Amino acid sequence: MVTSNPSPAPVADERIKERSSLRKALVRPELGGMCGTVLVFTFFLLTAFDSGMFTSQGVLNWTLVSAQFAIIAVGACLLMISGEFDLSMGSMIGFAGMMIAIFGVTLGWPIWFAIIVTFILCIGIGALNGYIVIKTGLPSFIVTLALLFILRGFTIFLPQTLERKTIIGGIRDVAEGDWLASLFGGKVLTGVFQWLGDAGVISTFERGVKAGQPVVDGVPMLVVWAIGLIIFGHILLTKTRFGNWIFAAGGDAQAARYVGVPVSRVKILMFMFTAFCATVFATCQVMEFGSAGADRGVLKEFEAIISVVIGGALLTGGYGSVLGAALGALIFGVVQQGLFFAGVESSLFRVFLGIILLLAVVLNTYIRRMITGER
Amino acid sequence: MSSPILQMKDIEKHFGPVIALAGVSVDVHQGECHCLLGDNGAGKSTFIKTMSGVHKATKGEILFEGKPMNFQRPRDAISAGIATVYQDLAMIPLMSVSRNFFMGNEPIRNIGPLKFFDHKRANEITMSEMSKMGINLRGPDQAVGTLSGGERQTVAIARAVYFGAKVLILDEPTSALGVRQTSNVLATINMVRKLGVAVVFITHNVRHAMAVGDRFTVLNRGKTFGTASRGDVSPEELQDMMAGGQELATLEGSLGGTV
Repeated sequence: MVTSNPSPAPVADERIKERSSLRKALVRPELGGMCGTVLVFTFFLLTAFDSGMFTSQGVLNWTLVSAQFAIIAVGACLLMISGEFDLSMGSMIGFAGMMIAIFGVTLGWPIWFAIIVTFILCIGIGALNGYIVIKTGLPSFIVTLALLFILRGFTIFLPQTLERKTIIGGIRDVAEGDWLASLFGGKVLTGVFQWLGDAGVISTFERGVKAGQPVVDGVPMLVVWAIGLIIFGHILLTKTRFGNWIFAAGGDAQAARYVGVPVSRVKILMFMFTAFCATVFATCQVMEFGSAGADRGVLKEFEAIISVVIGGALLTGGYGSVLGAALGALIFGVVQQGLFFAGVESSLFRVFLGIILLLAVVLNTYIRRMITGER
Repeated sequence: MSSPILQMKDIEKHFGPVIALAGVSVDVHQGECHCLLGDNGAGKSTFIKTMSGVHKATKGEILFEGKPMNFQRPRDAISAGIATVYQDLAMIPLMSVSRNFFMGNEPIRNIGPLKFFDHKRANEITMSEMSKMGINLRGPDQAVGTLSGGERQTVAIARAVYFGAKVLILDEPTSALGVRQTSNVLATINMVRKLGVAVVFITHNVRHAMAVGDRFTVLNRGKTFGTASRGDVSPEELQDMMAGGQELATLEGSLGGTV
């Protein structure tokens, strides 16, 4: 080891330009997402302020949608940084919801048991995705595309065979009072919101059975899961050894293997984590709707990938940020719901989304080149 | 001279019907730079991959510090103290210098039961090790992609040495570099050798080899003509041995000097 020689004091190099600390603070993967967030909020504050978008109910509305995107975006983000895709996420959402319904309603298992078995099953399928990708060396794009069809097929076939329908309801009844179901379907901080309502900070119902109760009576567990997953993903990626391995596996798998990074294990674990996120999404959705439908989660894989890319991650892996992906999800949710509040024809949402995606990718590419010196 | 730290005895490697190495013997001593020369296809890459545990020799013996070794995978060679720096697979350009430096060997800081990547320690060590090697970074979070090819090789060499490499194998570290960067890398090799590390320097450039080499082994068509010490051999002789004959001599005449 080279520890004996005293290290010479770093000398300023005339070839290195001094950079301002503002530039250092700003030039980071999340910059594109931050700019986009500011831009989108400014836009809707100016155009849709009076529409109810920024009342407590309006805020809840787009927060819920953004939180949905965020839950799947965190999984997709870590997986993308490790160099892989999961196109089966959307089908996994439909499949997981349907399995909970089949186990809990059709088979009549206790709902907590149904949820646990579904999680194990789906994470197992995630591991299978990863295992096939690693063992065959095929692009994950193709492997997970196959799983997209397989899982969707089962999601339609199973309820049709068992129940002769494609939507299974009655989940809310069986989930009533269940300890695990309340982790996905309940609300927290209800007391705080009651207090805020009493204090007049947020509006309350004026008539009817709910008179006096605040219109927003708590933070849905969906939002709690989203925030929890964002914090977990961010810390895992930036503050741990495993996070360094995620970057390394996606940056250059061979170089990482040469220095002893267990690349295959990292990638398979990320496939499993992505499946976990999809299952969290599905469980929250099933608890909210009280039913599972065979068409749930269609195109969600692309919404997750779009959020991640808006957030500054590189499609080919090795670069990105969970916070950026979360901002991407927020932008996505705010735009989708904001256009509705602003009364814009709903078909124009896609036009808007396309433009934002394009702008974000151009900006992110520019930022990334500044940071990494790519040419 | 002391006993060799690494001895490769009559190494043979067959890939199906192809005989890539037909009995190559090389020994490496502490603190020497042993140059392995050969033209493309001579078997240099196969030989160092056998040394670093990527390939398993078909026949022959590897002695490390006098003990026979049987490397099953690169990890075994690394933990024994044989580090390899590959020409284009040394670093990950998208990641910072500090993250690259500690890739696979991240320092850990415990907070309660949780283990975190100790960025502060990693950054400090990276900065001081880099300035020892004569590279001034803008900061430890500077991406490797912003470094030149020579600097990347130097970071990889510094990393291997920091993590206790006793034998450092450099796979054509200078072949893609400009003149100035090449001399920087050669200076780094010289520095590392003086620290007592055995350096195996693979190249097909005789001038680069002559600049830092103590001993020279030429590979040709999977065989070696033996090892020559510095001063016993001229660049022209090395060049001829690499080309495996006289046909280059006539060409050299018309081109005017060493290729």
